[in-house]
Amino acid sequence: MSTRVMPFRGSLTSREQVSVYEFSWPTIILIPLVAVLIQIFIPVKVRFMPIIDLPFMVTIFFATARRNPITGCLAGCVIGLMQDLFAGPSHPLGMYGIALTIIGYLASSLGVKIDVDNPGSRFLITFFFFAIHQGVYFGVAQGLLRQGLQWSWSHTAISALANAVIGIFVYKFLDRFKQR
Amino acid sequence: MDTFLGRYRNLIVLAAILFAQIIGLALQVRRPSDAGETRLIRLWAVSAVTPIERAVIHSQEWVKNLWTTYVYLHGVRRENRELRAEIGQMKIEEARLAEDARMAHRIQALLAFKEQYVDSTIAAQVIGTSGSEQSRVLYIDKGSNDGITVDMAVITPSGIVGKIAQVFPDSAQVLPINDQFSGVGAALKDSRLQGILKGAPNGATTLQYIMSDEKVVPGEEVVTSGGDRIFPKGLPVGKVVSSEPGKDLFLNIRVIPSARLDQLEEVLVVTKITEKMPDAKDLGPLRASDILAERLPTVPNKTEVDAAGNAKPGGAVTSGTTPAATGSGTAAGTAARPATPGNGTSKQVVGGTTIANKPAGAATAPPAAATSRTTGVVKPKATTPANSRAVGTVAKPSNNAAPAATAQPSQSGAQDNGEASPPAKKQVKPAPESTPNAPSEQPSTPPAGAPPQ
Repeated sequence: MSTRVMPFRGSLTSREQVSVYEFSWPTIILIPLVAVLIQIFIPVKVRFMPIIDLPFMVTIFFATARRNPITGCLAGCVIGLMQDLFAGPSHPLGMYGIALTIIGYLASSLGVKIDVDNPGSRFLITFFFFAIHQGVYFGVAQGLLRQGLQWSWSHTAISALANAVIGIFVYKFLDRFKQR
Repeated sequence: MDTFLGRYRNLIVLAAILFAQIIGLALQVRRPSDAGETRLIRLWAVSAVTPIERAVIHSQEWVKNLWTTYVYLHGVRRENRELRAEIGQMKIEEARLAEDARMAHRIQALLAFKEQYVDSTIAAQVIGTSGSEQSRVLYIDKGSNDGITVDMAVITPSGIVGKIAQVFPDSAQVLPINDQFSGVGAALKDSRLQGILKGAPNGATTLQYIMSDEKVVPGEEVVTSGGDRIFPKGLPVGKVVSSEPGKDLFLNIRVIPSARLDQLEEVLVVTKITEKMPDAKDLGPLRASDILAERLPTVPNKTEVDAAGNAKPGGAVTSGTTPAATGSGTAAGTAARPATPGNGTSKQVVGGTTIANKPAGAATAPPAAATSRTTGVVKPKATTPANSRAVGTVAKPSNNAAPAATAQPSQSGAQDNGEASPPAKKQVKPAPESTPNAPSEQPSTPPAGAPPQ
């Protein structure tokens, strides 16, 4: 139960200090695991669920809460690789890993500079980072693996919007696990 | 140096993690020999998660069954009444369809086509997905312990679902037909145009490699062609939604799958497919129209009669001819079923009558025979009794299998190219020897999955 504060470096907000949250080990292990499980289980019953990317949200949550780029990288890498494990046979391990590693780094780097605890900034972060996430995944699939994916701006925008809206509630729920 | 590492520590760590993963990706780039193998780490992950998924799914099913079976029975009586009425209507429809099926089987028997039958299936429950839009794989609760192997077909009563991509001890991964890496041999049901059904990243399914000069109508049904050696031929795939000229020379045909791929709960895994000839003995008695057809005089085909009045071998068929016997007719009977040299006249008892398998009219027939009409051939020296059975004879042998046989005089003009077998006695009479040296051929069996059309 501890809260560290660190000064803003090049702060874009009016606050001069920002809290760095910590989590218990069971939380760190179980939340990504449950997120991945829900992600592979719920679409059986809920049709639109594949649009929602819970592991992506969990990555952003941990990265922005810890505000440490290295922690964000590692969290994104581990969660992404877990997501890769359950993807199809034509989906090599590392595609989501690379995408979420970059997202984790960017989110934690941004978390140092702006206040990421209010719903508005969370909405925007999730919206834009989802588009970046899709772009990185597309780049890896197309550039490294020549998988011939088709990019759709409209679909990406709709997915990003849906994730941003649902992300607000997911982050609100996950805030309970922060240790102050 | 310390200052540099300290200043760019975050970026260096990011680059190191990304580099490691890119190297990992490069190591996973598949070689052809690696196809189908399952990585150990995936095996562990799926094996660890499967019991949880099974427990959740089964407990949910248990509660659902408890509710629907014992608690929520509102409207069951009314629904029962409606279902009974529906069954009555379906029985009438079934009788009609059964008659059509018998006729189709009879024709298939005459054509010596092998049919593919779904011999055994295993019911499985969908317990998970990939959880991403980029991959649409499903997980089912049956695996190698239940006899599931890679490349087995997965179907539902309404249509095909996909194939088994990876197998784990207690679960298996299904690659559905709307996945972008999926491909299924499919054909349009009416026009019999064949293509490949492929998925798209957005989950749509398209029928590809059909030439743009073909006419494809929206609403036409798509069935499996059997060409992929995974799905048996003729299973419903979906319906054409739209057809428009695409890139290159092919049509861009969108197909909506028959099976609701986004709402799958239970599926059937086809564990065994058998190929066998349709059992013509069980087809019941002949219809009056068949008997009448065989007694009708046939139209002579002048191309089959040489100057001396002798019939040329092969290509001649009598009433009830089939497309396979047409030298210039449909490609189904010719190209799809190349005849091979046989052991003389082979005969089948079909529908209580004797049929001779005579392949010479098909692909291996002489040029003259290959252009022969299917309406029959007048063969003065090889006449048969009026009641000889020739319905649906695919092709006739060269009549050299039974040299001792003598032709019997024709009484009604019906030509049978040498086969004489009164239906009442259901006896096989040897063919008269009209062309002793002509090679006798027997229709070959098409390869498994070959579309007989």
